[in-house]
Amino acid sequence: MDYLYDLNTFIPATIAAAAGLVVLMQSVYKVKINTIFGVTVFSLVVALLFALRDLFGPVGTSFYDMVAYGGTAAFGTLLVITGTLFCVLISRDYLEAIDHHYGEVYAMILFATTGMVGLAVSNDLIMLFVGLETMSICLYVLAGLIKEEKTGAESALKYFLLGAFSTGFLLYGIALIYGATGSTNYADITALTDISPLFMAGSALLLVGFFFKISAVPFHMWTPDVYQGTPTTLTAYFATASKAATFVALILVMSRMMPEIEGVGWTQAISVIAIITMILGNLIALVQDNVKRMLAYSSIAHAGYLLVGLAAGTADGYTGVLYYLFAYTVMNIGAFGVIAFYERNQALDFTDVNNYAGLGYKQPVMAVLLSVFLFSLAGIPPFVGFLAKYYVFAAAVNAGHITLAVVGVLTTAASVYYYLRVMVFMYFREPHKEFDLVNPGAIFKYALIVLCVLTVYYGVEPVFPMGSLIELLTSYYTETGPAGMAGP
Amino acid sequence: MESYIPIIVLLGIALVLALLLMSLSRLLGPFRPNTNKLNPYESGMDPVGQARERYSIGFYLVAMEFIIFDLEVVFLFPWAVKFTELGFGTFVAMVIFIIILFIGLFYTLKKGTIYFELKPSISNRT
Amino acid sequence: MIGIDWYLALSAVLFIIGVIGVLIRRNAIVILMCVELMLNSVNISLIAFASHHGDITGQVLVFFVLAVAAAEAVIGLAIILAIFRNNLSIDITKVNLLRW
Repeated sequence: MDYLYDLNTFIPATIAAAAGLVVLMQSVYKVKINTIFGVTVFSLVVALLFALRDLFGPVGTSFYDMVAYGGTAAFGTLLVITGTLFCVLISRDYLEAIDHHYGEVYAMILFATTGMVGLAVSNDLIMLFVGLETMSICLYVLAGLIKEEKTGAESALKYFLLGAFSTGFLLYGIALIYGATGSTNYADITALTDISPLFMAGSALLLVGFFFKISAVPFHMWTPDVYQGTPTTLTAYFATASKAATFVALILVMSRMMPEIEGVGWTQAISVIAIITMILGNLIALVQDNVKRMLAYSSIAHAGYLLVGLAAGTADGYTGVLYYLFAYTVMNIGAFGVIAFYERNQALDFTDVNNYAGLGYKQPVMAVLLSVFLFSLAGIPPFVGFLAKYYVFAAAVNAGHITLAVVGVLTTAASVYYYLRVMVFMYFREPHKEFDLVNPGAIFKYALIVLCVLTVYYGVEPVFPMGSLIELLTSYYTETGPAGMAGP
Repeated sequence: MESYIPIIVLLGIALVLALLLMSLSRLLGPFRPNTNKLNPYESGMDPVGQARERYSIGFYLVAMEFIIFDLEVVFLFPWAVKFTELGFGTFVAMVIFIIILFIGLFYTLKKGTIYFELKPSISNRT
Repeated sequence: MIGIDWYLALSAVLFIIGVIGVLIRRNAIVILMCVELMLNSVNISLIAFASHHGDITGQVLVFFVLAVAAAEAVIGLAIILAIFRNNLSIDITKVNLLRW
């Protein structure tokens, strides 16, 4: 057990944590905010390079089986770091515009990223808990960033109370699983031969905790309020990076921890949750006038689509979920980014969809970008959102869950209405009054353009550097044995 | 029963040492009492009075920091118990842990959360 | 010798008291206390199980839970402070700007 070798397998999180400490010290000494921003971006780029290296690297566990590396875990790390990097890139101009541009924000983002990576690579229930809480506690702080305003403090309070409440359930679940098996390690728990009621109760509570975190109906109540009250670029961070990390952890739990015995399949429960999540998320999104709230309900609906892939429970399903997470991260950060840009123009309340009238011709590039991201979120063909939905639904059909796929396709069709509604306002309505939009900064603009390129590029069965992405993801679940079982 | 004798000896030494130090400081140091110095909690809040008194928000901040740094120490105990068997790698890990804690403490000190003024209207001091 | 059942029953009862407290109380600080009660009742379970299995893992997890609960309490108090400064009240039924 070589210490440095272990550290090497966990290097992206280590870099993020170290950078977080550096940024914290810099903000104490009142270093220029642009330097802090630069340090943050640099450290995230370095972490991203390491994550890319791990993507094709060996698979195994380190730190006394606490941490998994390679395969699903490596892809989860990559997702988290990518999401964080783009959120940081679009955050600077926005936070400056709302006068909350502190160095501590970046420190908190980096610490939260450490937690997320820890969550996405967990191979032990202790690691899962610590990663989840490191992430959550930093996110509670970020949710309350605009604490002088009532909405900001309110969203932080709601996020905190419901988050802590769900942590209680998750932890009780972990305790019961530990009681039933005498271990917290995934590999030991899988080896279980008979299922006690204690284990069933524990897994159920664990899943409830997870459903809270991924905001699946009926545990979604906090999501719209928190997303609305949080600064928009940080909302993007909440909606993508944290959700990606939690879902990857959920995949690891489902594929590596749950014993493969008849009658322990949580497929039924997850299917039911997936169906009501898809239906309710999309239906409520239809009547929202606030764009941030609309995207919040849309993110609940997307959690439903992701659960479809998880309910399939096959290698195809897990692959589909990973691909979907990638697509979701890219297009959702993009959509939130453009909305953040409109919001920066303080003259009008640009979170109300009625005020989007006529925006299509003011800054044409931004309007086109938003259209692309919304089309992709709606799952319309030439974009990555379509391909992601296709993989997930195909996996569900192949696993025999026809109902899930049908509900998924129908609700997707309904969702087109509220995504296109924004575009109708932008292009086909006359503006209420004259106004000018500020210029988007260069970094802001190019970050969004890169996201747009990714959205389009991966929409057409792309040749990911060294083979297609979906083939790479599939290989995680076939070469190393059933359901991604990674031997050390 | 005999195994308790060292504890009694320890108690005795503690008592003698405490008395010795207190009397030494009284004999050797300057002794100029005033109202603030003779309070049970010097520069703290008044311990006598109604339970539902309002107190300065500064205490609240100090209490929050205390909770954190008090509980992080819990990680040191298991390590300290098995210190010799755990080897050098664990020592390095714990040093890193303490450095991280220190950075946190340093941050709060620099931000000035523990320097606060007691406003007379809030502290109810007469 | 008290059996493990009693510890688990105590833990479950405390956990349920915590859950009910979170659901029905309206004072934010009391809710925070109930959340802490939930986390700490789990600690009782963990230690009982650790002792039952003769395994140290549960006790290690308790350390992490303690630290996390402390961090959570601090963040929670800070958020409640911000709420109080805005609303001059910590009654959570008055925190209702965001809905639908």
